[in-house]
Amino acid sequence: MELKLFVNDRQKVFTIDPGEHLLDVLRREGYNSVKEGCREGTCGACVVLLDGRPVNSCLVPAARCQGRNVTTAEGLGDPDHLHPLQEAFIESGAVQCGYCTPGMLLSSKALLDDNPDPTDGEIRQALDGNLCRCTGYVKILEAVKKAAEKMRENRK
Amino acid sequence: MTPVAKSKPSLQVVGKSRKKVDGPALVTGRGQFTADLELRDLLHAKILSSPHAHARIRDIDSSQAMKLPGVHAVLTWKDLPRKAHTTAGQGAPEPSPYDSFLLDNKVRYVGDRVAVVAAESPDLALKALSLIEVDYEVLPPLFDPGEAMKPGAPVIHDEKEAHAVIPVPYDPNRNLAARASLLVGNVEKGLREADFIFDNIYETQYAAHTSIEPHVALSFLDEHDRLVIRTSTQVPFHVRRIVARILDIPVSRVRVIKPRIGGGFGGKQEVFLEGLCAALTLKTRRPVQIFFTREEEFVSSRTRHPQIIRLRSGVRKNGDITSLDLRVLMNTGAYGSHALTVLCNTGSKTLPLYHCPNVSFNGDTVYTNLPVGGAYRGYGATQGYVATGIQMDEMACAIGMDPVEFYRRNHIRAGETSPVFQALGEGKEGVEMIIGSCGLDECLDRGARAIGWKKKRGRPGKGPVKRGLGMVCLMQGSSIPEIDMGAASIKLNEDGSFNLLVGATDLGTGSDTVLGQIAAEVLAVPLDKIIVYSSDTDMTPFDVGAYASSTTYLSGMAVKKAAEKVKDQILEAAASLLGVSKEKLRLEKGHAVSGRRKASISRIAHYTLYEADQFQVMANASHISHKSPPPFSAHFAEVLVDTLTGKVQVSQYIAAVDCGTAVNPALAEGQTEGAVLNGISYALTEEYIFDSRGRMLNPNFNHYKIFCTRDLPDIKTILVPTHEPTGPYGAKSVSEISINGPIPAISNAICDAVGIRLRRTPFTPDRVLQALENKAL
Repeated sequence: MELKLFVNDRQKVFTIDPGEHLLDVLRREGYNSVKEGCREGTCGACVVLLDGRPVNSCLVPAARCQGRNVTTAEGLGDPDHLHPLQEAFIESGAVQCGYCTPGMLLSSKALLDDNPDPTDGEIRQALDGNLCRCTGYVKILEAVKKAAEKMRENRK
Repeated sequence: MTPVAKSKPSLQVVGKSRKKVDGPALVTGRGQFTADLELRDLLHAKILSSPHAHARIRDIDSSQAMKLPGVHAVLTWKDLPRKAHTTAGQGAPEPSPYDSFLLDNKVRYVGDRVAVVAAESPDLALKALSLIEVDYEVLPPLFDPGEAMKPGAPVIHDEKEAHAVIPVPYDPNRNLAARASLLVGNVEKGLREADFIFDNIYETQYAAHTSIEPHVALSFLDEHDRLVIRTSTQVPFHVRRIVARILDIPVSRVRVIKPRIGGGFGGKQEVFLEGLCAALTLKTRRPVQIFFTREEEFVSSRTRHPQIIRLRSGVRKNGDITSLDLRVLMNTGAYGSHALTVLCNTGSKTLPLYHCPNVSFNGDTVYTNLPVGGAYRGYGATQGYVATGIQMDEMACAIGMDPVEFYRRNHIRAGETSPVFQALGEGKEGVEMIIGSCGLDECLDRGARAIGWKKKRGRPGKGPVKRGLGMVCLMQGSSIPEIDMGAASIKLNEDGSFNLLVGATDLGTGSDTVLGQIAAEVLAVPLDKIIVYSSDTDMTPFDVGAYASSTTYLSGMAVKKAAEKVKDQILEAAASLLGVSKEKLRLEKGHAVSGRRKASISRIAHYTLYEADQFQVMANASHISHKSPPPFSAHFAEVLVDTLTGKVQVSQYIAAVDCGTAVNPALAEGQTEGAVLNGISYALTEEYIFDSRGRMLNPNFNHYKIFCTRDLPDIKTILVPTHEPTGPYGAKSVSEISINGPIPAISNAICDAVGIRLRRTPFTPDRVLQALENKAL
């Protein structure tokens, strides 16, 4: 079947099997930032934003995304124009292996889009579906705080 | 009169928290991991795994599976060379026994591999697996390591090929996978001299690495018919050697590439997918990928070896430790991967920490029909510190001494040695070593202050939730002395940039960045002038790989040596270019400088490539170490124990770490924080639950709980700088040590809170409640 959707603000048309999951479609179409970690919706490596909300793309039937907006890490920024979250993750040392990073960034973006000045507890809650085994999360939480601050300043 | 020492030139790049060189690629999703390569005609492989813990395969019929359209190959034990090997990615000859085959006619645990299929899609491959008919002769299983060596126990490796390749105790007929021992002094005499004697059993559980990227390998034939293996590995050069040997092809036909890796923690120091993947490529002549599921990660990859440890010790009232007698029974599961060396490290990375004249270590590693042990961050030391770290607290409490003071009295110091270093190495005798740097006293001071030790220890408070403080001291090593080797090469480009090629393997640790910083420091250029490329067996020089806490210390020294040679060549060329003597020149801020005369490195590069007596400025260097300088650390935990529910919450955790010079402090902190949280999670929640037939019941993140952001305690890292004379710019290792702390620190804190000693991990609410009930009786 034909799937029309907007990926990172660009209209795309993909041919898919009706049973396919969004994770597999996106990876096949070259959005390699979307990572497979468990296929059970438990690790968050495949998180993308669907109409601005974080979802585990390994659990989302692609056919249910008809006409909707998908954001992946590729859509956040490129090396010359990094999103403040991407910048903060690099600066804070929040990236080690980087496998969980795209999902972490997108869950963080969804949070900050909703809540520009989150408390520590709100950040922890927003990221609790994204597992990371490298960092112990300390620097990831720091990075989100730092990015939030910067984004608030940019808005002023 | 001693001459006044010239002040040391300050470091420009080393010791600074530079951004990771692969950071931009990783945050934009452009980082290329193994499975991110697009290949035409890629086949997907799936492995049929055993439902039985112990069985012989009488017959196996794959004809129906082969008939399925889109299935290109089905391999069983009948189709592959029968080469005994170890999957442990270690130097050759490996200290682990050769007891594994690509596929075998016997299965030895639930999850063991039976057959492998390559098909057009993963779903098709799964369908093909269901069509393979296997006739099993089910054998009695062995699950209890305590029963393994008793007469009449099932023999797991009864095949004639199983053998050890180095002269070490190995007796598969008794399920003995490894044995190690050491004796210094006389432990019985030591016990007689003690005022207090302790004798307790400590038990640690199975645990999974859970790198978020599962194991994945991809292989294809290039235009010259050479086999290219792209794999999520910590040991690319060992992969090349092992795969070539077991597939009976020359090393020269194999190229192994390690792209970005999604975490390893020791789990990817194992070579168990690449051989199968490559065999399928050779059979089909198509690119093949094997990508493990999360369940396969838990069950069929590798785990932390569980141990049962008996520690007897003696202490005098004044705090002198008179005797340490450590006995270990280690369960390696169905195969003996790292069976000897993890066992050795349980003694060799713990016992030298303590001043004690009488020390004994005796360990056996046994086979069982359970999942396979392997390298896991901490590598046996983690298990060892469960015993020693808790018993030190028991000793201090018994003689009424503050544990901090007890450690201060008893820990090894710079300038001292321990007879254990020489007596016990990794699979063989160790190497004598004098400690060159030790910042443990400062770690103790600063850690105790940060957590409020004096103020809060011994004050559990009122109400059902009690607060407790506990601490522990730790050491690890930096590389395997006289065994590990790392090499690097550096070449100068005409714009003054450098290609740094290293065999060393960045698995997310940041070693590409750290090694780049070391090169940049020597060459007096910013880090962005160093183009780092690592771990490609065709392109980069050799390195044993990322294990044994070796990369910064060992490969870093190779980089430093190569950079110094390159620097020498640059100065030589600059001397000719500027017409001044080389001895008067130095490198400074991207220039060769002598007084007022100077030339930029890019100018010199242009000169060497295009102008006069042209040559390529380029050098390589290798490094081995004659010692394994320990990093040291003091960990402090504050816990809240709910006496009504048994729940233990870590509220604060301080890790004060002496890793020598932290080449990149932010990355060193990151290593510490990651290791600490992994350790806390291991201490409190992580465990394998097996049914009576040896099947793991919780192979997923819903039921095998690793900590997430909401569980995170307040973790603080304190880096305590020392200068290790044998390391690059004074650096030692940092990656492993901090996973060893949480279990003993938390157990000791629980004791401070509620007066119970937990000696069996993990410290789940039911165990805490049980211990509280027992105490009340």
